Amino acid sequence: MSDTSAGLLQAGALIAALALCYRPLGGYMARALSSEHDLRVERVVYRLVGVDRKADQRWTVYAVSLLGFSLASVVLLYVLQRVQSGLPLSVGLAGVDPALAFNTAASFATNTNWQDYSGEATMGHLTQMAGLAVQNFVSAAVGIAVAVALLRGFTRSSTDRVGNFWVDLTRSVVRILLPLSIVAAVALILMGVVQNLSSGTDVTTLVGGHQTIPGGPAASQEAIKELGTNGGGFYNANSAHPFESPNPLSNFFENFLLLLIPVAFTRTFGILVGDKRQGYAVLAAMGVIWASLVVAVTALEVNLDGSALQAAGAAMEGKETRFGEWASAMFAVSTTGTSTGAVDSFHSSFSGVGGGLLIFNMGLGEVAPGGVGSGLYGILMLAILAVFVAGLMVGRTPEYLGKKITSREMKLVSLNVLTMPVVVLVGTAIAMSFTSTRASMLSGGTPHGLSEVLYAFTSATNNNGSAFAGLSANTTFYNVALGLCMLIGRFVPIVLVLALAGSLARQQSVPRTGGTLATHTPLFVGLLVGVTVIVAGLTFFPVLSLGPLAEGL
Amino acid sequence: MTIQTHPEPSSPGPTPTEAPNRVAAGLLDPTMLLTSLPDAARKLDPRVMFHNPVMFVVEIGAVLSTVTVLTGPSAFAWIVVIWLWLTVLFANLAEAVAEGRGKAQAATLRRAKTETVAHLLDGTEVPAPQLKVGDRVVVVAGQVIPGDGDVVEGVASVDESAITGESAPVIRESGGDRSSVTGGTKVLSDRIVVEITAKPGESFIDRMIALVEGASRQKTPNEIALNILLASLTIVFLAATATLQPFAVYAGAEQAVVVLVALLVCLIPTTIGALLSAIGIAGMDRLVQHNVLAMSGRAVEAAGDVDTLLLDKTGTITLGNRQAHELIPVGGGTAESLADAAQLSSLADETPEGRSIVVLTKRGYGLRERSDGELSRMSFVPFTAETRMSGVDLHDQGGDRQIRKGAASAVMKWVRDNGGHPTGEVGQTVDAIAASGGTPLVVAERAGGRARALGVIHLKDVVKSGMRERFDEMRRMGIRTVMITGDNPLTARAIAEEAGVDDFLAEATPEDKMALIRKEQEGGRLVAMTGDGTNDAPALAQADVGVAMNSGTSSAKEAGNMVDLDSNPTKLIEIVEIGKQLLITRGALTTFSIANDVAKYFAIIPAMFGGVYAGLDKLNVMRLDSPESAILSAVIFNALIILALVPLALRGVRYRPSSASEMLGRNLAIYGLGGIVAPFVGIKILDLLVSQIPGIG
Repeated sequence: MSDTSAGLLQAGALIAALALCYRPLGGYMARALSSEHDLRVERVVYRLVGVDRKADQRWTVYAVSLLGFSLASVVLLYVLQRVQSGLPLSVGLAGVDPALAFNTAASFATNTNWQDYSGEATMGHLTQMAGLAVQNFVSAAVGIAVAVALLRGFTRSSTDRVGNFWVDLTRSVVRILLPLSIVAAVALILMGVVQNLSSGTDVTTLVGGHQTIPGGPAASQEAIKELGTNGGGFYNANSAHPFESPNPLSNFFENFLLLLIPVAFTRTFGILVGDKRQGYAVLAAMGVIWASLVVAVTALEVNLDGSALQAAGAAMEGKETRFGEWASAMFAVSTTGTSTGAVDSFHSSFSGVGGGLLIFNMGLGEVAPGGVGSGLYGILMLAILAVFVAGLMVGRTPEYLGKKITSREMKLVSLNVLTMPVVVLVGTAIAMSFTSTRASMLSGGTPHGLSEVLYAFTSATNNNGSAFAGLSANTTFYNVALGLCMLIGRFVPIVLVLALAGSLARQQSVPRTGGTLATHTPLFVGLLVGVTVIVAGLTFFPVLSLGPLAEGL
Repeated sequence: MTIQTHPEPSSPGPTPTEAPNRVAAGLLDPTMLLTSLPDAARKLDPRVMFHNPVMFVVEIGAVLSTVTVLTGPSAFAWIVVIWLWLTVLFANLAEAVAEGRGKAQAATLRRAKTETVAHLLDGTEVPAPQLKVGDRVVVVAGQVIPGDGDVVEGVASVDESAITGESAPVIRESGGDRSSVTGGTKVLSDRIVVEITAKPGESFIDRMIALVEGASRQKTPNEIALNILLASLTIVFLAATATLQPFAVYAGAEQAVVVLVALLVCLIPTTIGALLSAIGIAGMDRLVQHNVLAMSGRAVEAAGDVDTLLLDKTGTITLGNRQAHELIPVGGGTAESLADAAQLSSLADETPEGRSIVVLTKRGYGLRERSDGELSRMSFVPFTAETRMSGVDLHDQGGDRQIRKGAASAVMKWVRDNGGHPTGEVGQTVDAIAASGGTPLVVAERAGGRARALGVIHLKDVVKSGMRERFDEMRRMGIRTVMITGDNPLTARAIAEEAGVDDFLAEATPEDKMALIRKEQEGGRLVAMTGDGTNDAPALAQADVGVAMNSGTSSAKEAGNMVDLDSNPTKLIEIVEIGKQLLITRGALTTFSIANDVAKYFAIIPAMFGGVYAGLDKLNVMRLDSPESAILSAVIFNALIILALVPLALRGVRYRPSSASEMLGRNLAIYGLGGIVAPFVGIKILDLLVSQIPGIG
């Protein structure tokens, strides 16, 4: 089979698999998140935490609960890493130094999973399992909770309550993430992914040298790594490592897993707001962006300029021969579009413009289809922006899903829209302004060097976590700066979204009339895609032109 | 509102003037651009500019560039700086022109506000500005009314042309719904006593002057929301431009401050930022041109959002008066004898219905007016609320003859009381007429001691022409129309169907109307209505858009948030269109402004970095002559487009009632796609000119 037909077949199979799960999973998540009944295990959790599950919270209380929970997570992770040498299952690894520990704590608590360390050489098994793996679940659940609170803002009327954070968090973990990742982990083990608690196997190589092959609970981590759009690999090489993803099937399966919840969540959205067409519209916008980028990046990788490069198969540099160009390009677009950050190839090795498109994909704000929960609330913020401009053009005060978009809503949406680009650009500019910080670039002095730094800040602020490779980011400056970017990039939008939820819930719903702009039509989908691409495009065009475009054109 | 409980006297409704069919365009007089220049220059004051964040950033950029140019001048830099300042100036000019048009109207109004002396009821004289609320003043023919108030005694004809522009005098009388008078208008005949209801300085004319001058102009909710969006876009672009320098230094292509400022000014949404307040002022202005005064910009915006229109039947949907349409004899009588009796009974009836009966009998049966001799033998019986009949008693040689006409139940009772035995035929005819939406008047006579019904006059409401099309348009715009009438449900339904309204409220009392508004609002709908009477005031206040008729009472005018000087209830429809047009203009120019940025990037980025990274020159798709000319062309385009769009901002985007999706598709094509394409063409043309300047090309 040729590369092209294999690639097309994979893309077709991926879309078919997602389509198959769309309705059942979307419907299941809607029921799980809006159900009136508690499971026994959930009741135990509520009693342990001391939560009255019937008590709905105001948005402020919801936000404070969420921030408190996340702060506790950061502190816990930090302490765990610092003292790991004294804990069991440390496999002989020392405590992590403060800047790196902060960076990693921020990274895992924000669902970023940026890793300034090599997993197998830095984190003990206990840190991995009790710290990082737990955060893989709960940080993803936080995203779902925020999205559900926002949806309540749309559906509720004349109330100041947006739900209960602890209930949303617990349910997301217990009913959605845990069962799905158990199924996925078993499947991964069957596909050959490693799962043990060994401290490594010493082998004598053919030439007589000694090598330690690290083992570990990789498959269980791998499942939630993709499902929770986390992306933090057990091994440094992430999904390019044969223990994390041994074959094309596992690669395909991981690609499927990382898209699964964000895609199906648009169905949940449609069900919860009582109009499934709204869910299809949002999914269509996400799908259009994803598919366009897959086509563009693949085309750029396959048709590399220069006969020498073609002959040498240079586009394969940094990519796994097990997966090939097509699957690598699709994985790269999926992982940068879902805030996952798992990689099966090295993004730095993509063509200049191709790498630029991956940065651009993250710069859209992780909405195609975005992280678990966060992708939905991210694109809904952009939808409100699109509705605002479009609503004016039909001569009415704009409204979305029955709620009017007044100056209060616009304030929150505008702040949200400007936070990420400003943090990314300012962070990158600071890093590029000093000789010491520029020294971390592998390709210093070239446009590619700028891409390395830009990629790092874009990835961190958007809570993606994938790295361009090349940048030595394990320095105090980058650890602290990127850690701060992750925290701002995660929690500022979350607070704004929750404030928006509160503001929307207080409003009375307005009925649809013939004068209301329909938000499920292809026209609106086109507008939403346009707004998403143009806003990010206008923001990042200058810097992209000096990095990827200067390199690729 | 006058609730009609019987068919005879018609309400003294406003004379319906045919309103212009579409939102009229306010044209821009080019000389205003010149005369407004001093005002525009005055607005350069940073304390004024501060209120417009987008243009404030441009001004700061211009100052910054000026400083750097002074230290290291070059022809290119100087031209950029000049155009940066022109950008700010053009923005101010747009606002100044919009305000200037209001100032001209205000000057006319001020002339009406000449100092008058008020004659108090007790004979003393005080200057008008010293009148207090509750003072009673006497105004006689030829005098100017000293302040806003209600007529408490007398009736007079008043020239209100000072505020309405309408030269025909209007009648103002004590009691009822025509009692309010406006200070500054002139009594033409008779004598009235006016109780002052407005404090000096807060009179209607004062408010009007403030409104058209824009002195009391506050940003409207939607304008604030848009401003927030524009401000945050400005911040994003500020970040994009400011952080570009370190990257440029890294690339070995450090940029001059003036170039970075030029990029920033081109990117931030200056077009909409410059025109935003002009659009708002012009929107209010358009209402004033339609002789409607909005008490706040908020009301104008709300008008665009209206979901439900409550329209009074009489005067809005139908012509003010019912007209005799047909004569139906009963009991074997002839149509001629019925016509004769109907005409006789209506001769002294000065109501429009009565007159229309005379006209019908003349046209259909050739009946002339009676001679004086005949008339002298008649004594007319006027209508009273108690008898609900009117008629005539004829004293002939052959005995007395009495003719009565009126509401079916009243006349039938009269017939029975006078020994008659009306057949069921009358009832059937009456019901049939009522079912068709008409009003039946029964005519009966008593001659020789026995009364009998002669027949029925079919009075018909005449629906104004073009109303059905209007309501169809409303439906396409998603607006539900509800007809309010005092008629019974049967009649109301028939008229509602004929006019094409979506719903009706029959036998409506003011309380019913209020309840309907509340119900609609509870469902989240915005309601608009018109009204003129004191009993309309609560509903006018409750409605989101309450348009009071200028002919109405002062309490109605106080309660509403708009006043229609022409007192034409149909105008509500135009008001809705103006509200929508205001929002559409904002949206269209915002889209245009942002779409413009694409082309500007393709002009400026290759100009800035094509030198160090040759590949970026591929982005110079317009093949602009040189980096300097590219940047300059983009800056000049950015400034000129503001000037070019001033007429559009003042006139408003063309508005055609259609569905939301159609409208969005159309406006996206024009202002979105157009906004992307236009600057490519414009910048290329400017480049061809600019590259001829020595030292640039």
